[in-house]
Amino acid sequence: MMNETMPFTVSSFYTFLKQKKFMAVKCNECKTKILPPKPMCTNCLSTNLKWIKVNDAGKLLSYTVIHVAPEQFQSMAPYCVGIVEFEDGLRLPGMICDISPEKIKIGMRLKIDTISIDSSQWPPWGRYCFRPV
Amino acid sequence: MKLYDCSLITDGASCIILTSPDIAKNFTDSPVHIIGSGIASDTIGLYERDSLTSIKAAKLASKEAYKMSGVKPKDLDLAEIHDCFTIAELLAYEDLGFCKPGKSGIMIQDGETTLDGRLPVNPSGGLKSKGHPVGATGTAQAYEMYLQLTGQAENRQVIGAKIGLTHNVGGSGATASVHIYRRD
Repeated sequence: MMNETMPFTVSSFYTFLKQKKFMAVKCNECKTKILPPKPMCTNCLSTNLKWIKVNDAGKLLSYTVIHVAPEQFQSMAPYCVGIVEFEDGLRLPGMICDISPEKIKIGMRLKIDTISIDSSQWPPWGRYCFRPV
Repeated sequence: MKLYDCSLITDGASCIILTSPDIAKNFTDSPVHIIGSGIASDTIGLYERDSLTSIKAAKLASKEAYKMSGVKPKDLDLAEIHDCFTIAELLAYEDLGFCKPGKSGIMIQDGETTLDGRLPVNPSGGLKSKGHPVGATGTAQAYEMYLQLTGQAENRQVIGAKIGLTHNVGGSGATASVHIYRRD
């Protein structure tokens, strides 16, 4: 019920994620699926949208190792960021946690999860990362 | 990607006079003509792109510029390419139709893009060797093309160059512009 009333924003996306729900948006007009959520369809510009649940596991499409990190992530370097492809070609970029860089392989299964970080520079949404399945 | 794969963000300035052929006569006896122009855009987020090994905006922009000018890749005498990173130059060769997808490395290995090769690329040194003053880079490419097509490029002159192409990219490929030039 709550799902239907949440605005189609990134803020809602994080709210769902905290509840262990990985949600994308689907256009009721042209059926395009959108991740991260946007308030308008990227294909037909319709605002007639609905929330859909997405399987939280996907495969790693590509990644890189960050050695020169922004200030708030310097204590974590070197770390990896990658693009994960979920069902129906939906993709997200993000940090890959709980695995050393040399063990990461393109095509490996990863799942999206929440992560906590102490930083006043980050919006009060929480954050996500990818972890090995 | 390592340090030497990256272009140098530098200070710099460039300037061109863009005008109609009639007015150009007031400034020079040897104007260079822009005969094709294309600009295209794509998503800023790489994860939303169709491909991670091709810059769609560059493909679309070059298609438009080739069509407008009636020039084909094989007609080019030289090109100034936006080699912001090593990989960017390789992708550009393929997106601009200089070679088939996946063959850009072989093109370089075979020396096809050297000063006396089949299609000299970046006689200026490009972004990686000349430097990349971000806001000035695009018109600096046009300036280099002017020098080349008017025979004023000194030691790096591509002998007899008549037709050239410049390729400029912004936002990791979220925008690309391609221009084709010809001397009188």
